[in-house]
Amino acid sequence: MAVVETVKLSKHFNDVKAVDGIDITIQEGEFLVLLGPSGSGKTTLMRMIAGLEKPTGGTIKIGDRVVNDLPPRLRNVAMVFQSYALYPHMSVYNNIAFSLRPLGMTRQQIDDKVHWAARMFSIDHLLSRKPRQLSGGQRQRVALARAIVREPDVFLLDEPLSNLDAKLRAMARDELKQFQRQLGVTTIYVTHDQVEAMGMGDRVAVMSNGRMHQLGTPQVLYQSPADTFVATFLGTPPMNLVETDSCLLGFRPENFLPEAAHPDTPHPLVIDFHLTRVEFLGSDRLLYGTIEGADGPVKVVGDLPSVIDYTPEPGTICPMMVDRRHLSYFDKSTGQRIAPTPFALRGLRDPAGTA
Amino acid sequence: MAEKTDTRVHRPHIPSPARRRVNRLGRGGFQAATIAFFTIFAAFPFYWMLIATFKTNQDLYRPLNNPFIFNQPPTLDNLKLLFNETNYTVWIGNSIFIGIVVVLITLLLAVPAAYALARLSGRLGEQLGILMFMVYLIPPTLLFIPMSRVITVLGLRDSIWSLILVYPTFTVPFCTWLLMGFMKSIPADIEEQATVDGYTRFGAVVRVIMPLALPGLLTVVVFSFTLTMHEFIYALAFVSISAQKVISIGVTSELIRGDVYFWQSIMSAGIIVAIPVAIIYNVFLDRFVAGFTLGAVKG
Amino acid sequence: MVTTSTPLTRSMQRRQSRMLKLLDSERFLASAMLLPAVAYIVLLVGIPLVTAILFSFSDATMASPEIDGLNFDTFITVLNDPVFRRSLGNSIGFTVISQASMVVLGNVLALALMKNFPGKWFVRLLILLPWATPIAIGAIGWLWIYDSVYSPIDWIFRQVGLLGIQGDHVGLISRAPNMYWLGQYGPFSVILVQIWRMLPMSTVILMAGLSSIPQDVKDAAEVDGVGFWRTYFQVTVPLIRPIILVAFLFGVIFTFTDMTIIHVLTRGGSDNSTQVLASYAYYKGIDGGNLSQGAAIAVFMLPVLLGLAMILLRIARRSEVR
Repeated sequence: MAVVETVKLSKHFNDVKAVDGIDITIQEGEFLVLLGPSGSGKTTLMRMIAGLEKPTGGTIKIGDRVVNDLPPRLRNVAMVFQSYALYPHMSVYNNIAFSLRPLGMTRQQIDDKVHWAARMFSIDHLLSRKPRQLSGGQRQRVALARAIVREPDVFLLDEPLSNLDAKLRAMARDELKQFQRQLGVTTIYVTHDQVEAMGMGDRVAVMSNGRMHQLGTPQVLYQSPADTFVATFLGTPPMNLVETDSCLLGFRPENFLPEAAHPDTPHPLVIDFHLTRVEFLGSDRLLYGTIEGADGPVKVVGDLPSVIDYTPEPGTICPMMVDRRHLSYFDKSTGQRIAPTPFALRGLRDPAGTA
Repeated sequence: MAEKTDTRVHRPHIPSPARRRVNRLGRGGFQAATIAFFTIFAAFPFYWMLIATFKTNQDLYRPLNNPFIFNQPPTLDNLKLLFNETNYTVWIGNSIFIGIVVVLITLLLAVPAAYALARLSGRLGEQLGILMFMVYLIPPTLLFIPMSRVITVLGLRDSIWSLILVYPTFTVPFCTWLLMGFMKSIPADIEEQATVDGYTRFGAVVRVIMPLALPGLLTVVVFSFTLTMHEFIYALAFVSISAQKVISIGVTSELIRGDVYFWQSIMSAGIIVAIPVAIIYNVFLDRFVAGFTLGAVKG
Repeated sequence: MVTTSTPLTRSMQRRQSRMLKLLDSERFLASAMLLPAVAYIVLLVGIPLVTAILFSFSDATMASPEIDGLNFDTFITVLNDPVFRRSLGNSIGFTVISQASMVVLGNVLALALMKNFPGKWFVRLLILLPWATPIAIGAIGWLWIYDSVYSPIDWIFRQVGLLGIQGDHVGLISRAPNMYWLGQYGPFSVILVQIWRMLPMSTVILMAGLSSIPQDVKDAAEVDGVGFWRTYFQVTVPLIRPIILVAFLFGVIFTFTDMTIIHVLTRGGSDNSTQVLASYAYYKGIDGGNLSQGAAIAVFMLPVLLGLAMILLRIARRSEVR
């Protein structure tokens, strides 16, 4: 229930710039996801907000306080670690109550709070167990209950779902998002999993090498990536990038469809596609092949939904179509997104494409 | 391990089933014989001490008697002599008292140091840790001469307090090293969780790390204690009056009057101490070995 | 939902006293926690170590323990002392012989103990007894075994006719000769006790090494049809070489610097045939009151220890890189 703001925040470990000048403002009650590959600095950024790392430069504000010099305990943040970091020697009850004890509450107040948090995550029947007697999903719930019991200003979650198996994870994602809505706590969520990021984040910050590439809603990130890193980091398979004479041309596999199977589009772009292989995935078929870029053939992927009843033949040249509205343009040297520019491509069929 | 790849083709040597059975039997027999031999080698002195404890003089001092058995009925006289006419109980008391005080000092010094080396001081801490281990390897033999000066200057000569002062020189480095490894194995995020949950770093150590390090602390208690029981040189050099002696000095010096060895009493005095110390030590031995090999192999 | 954040924040701010701030500071905690132990070690190990070296360059005695001037006189005296030379030779000889045989025997024993058999824990307990027992007490047991008249070894020798004839005696006194284990055979007897004492430790360390060899390596050797001895020397030994070295080095350090066994068994022997550096330093420095000579003799152990420490460090470094 506080705004979190970082200004020019950086953290250097010797020569390594783990976090390199991050400006970010997380709104009250917002669910912000820090997304990036390992080593991108997302966890370091979160640990600085928690107070577990001292920043090399810049400031961190929680609410209206600059918290740079405050130890973690005075920041009123709660954190859920990837390992859950449950205290193995304490019962679930004591794990949850642990953060209440330094606050000088009465025994009754503590008891009420613990039961309130336990009920919220439906773990009230587990209160007398030790962490080692719990399943992975139960541990995760205990960690969450322990985090919310103090009603923190900020909720920090470091890959809290990565220790769950795939089935549980989808369910936990949904629950977690619901609890967050219900509590309205400002939440920062670190993950390397784009599905979690896209599914849960109000906004997502994409990071790599200590820098933030783009901050926006999942839709914006997906449809108009700010640079080639974001374009290729999000989406499975990632966005196709083809070098033309003037720019890098990007399009998503699902927008890259055989002309024959394509419903009528107002601004089509038709490209010759040397199809080499078709991969059947159930609901989709992936089309692997090449198109002619500025410097020879470029590997691209098309994603053909199974509902379209058309299968192109591998080994042939197949005309493929992209709607011009679905094209992204990037600067060739910086990789930054640019406004649509005219380009030429050898495999183009539509003469209007050069216009 | 940079093993060279052997390019020669080995023809597998397959012995016939009968031959294999003989091999296995032979190896089993060899194994049993080996174990029997070493067990007797290791344990015989203790048997020898035990049986002497209960032998009468007439039985013991007769070269023709089979020395491995009782040729006369066993007796408790030797034990009575030991407990009633010597300072044996005083020495045991001294040893236990020294052991307990040294354990306390060791915990007081080693626990915080081990934590600091494991968590707080980074690369330097790692090197300090190795240095700690090296200090443990500096033998008393090298230090007892200047140490005896220190003891004289402090006026502690012939007092058990001299031993209480110097024994931590070997218990503290070893226990710091042992605990450091133990604390490193406790995940850091549990401690960080406690600091986020509203505790100071120190509070986190007391509330979370200490309870989790309890098995390590217990190991340290046992080893500090047994190491003090094992020590000989300082005890020999610093204390020469009977009432202040520790067990290993008392037994090896006081039960010999001139040329007369009270063998049965000496043996009983030894075995009474040896067995309990050995058993405690044994229970914790695997941790001890882990500490050693950690010291040398993991760095 | 209960809103309690305002009173909470206030109570937290109250807690942020100076004292607590110190307890949050890593640097303060690190030095405060390290200081007592480090100070103690510097005072009672560091300074005595330096003093030991200074003593050896002085002419201090118990009667006049002041160090007034450093020179090599003491070293020259010590080096010219035939007993010292004998002790140095004995120290090295005893250590090398006992530790070399210990590594071999330790390997044999560790290998034999790797397989499970009924009563293994009890056998292990018995085999570990010598290491777990206070060394002085173990040695006094051996003193009685080595007794000049009543040694059980002599009795067995006599039984099998190796030592005089059984029953050849006058009254109670046997006329059969004795071996006098601590006389003529003193060095052998001492080495045997040293092996007896160190064998359990090296066995346990080697067992730890052996059990760390992954099963698939052993399986691979078996599938390849490699025989027992080849597997042992070409697979097992190379894999546990660092562990063998560790066992050896610890054995050397403990044996080389030990004087307890010598003190209890022979006190160096009347002809100094079992005198070692550690015991000679003790008799000179403490019993004889000659601090400088005692220290000088002890300091001769330092290079050996430093060398061993360097090797240990190097092993530590190498395995760290791996």
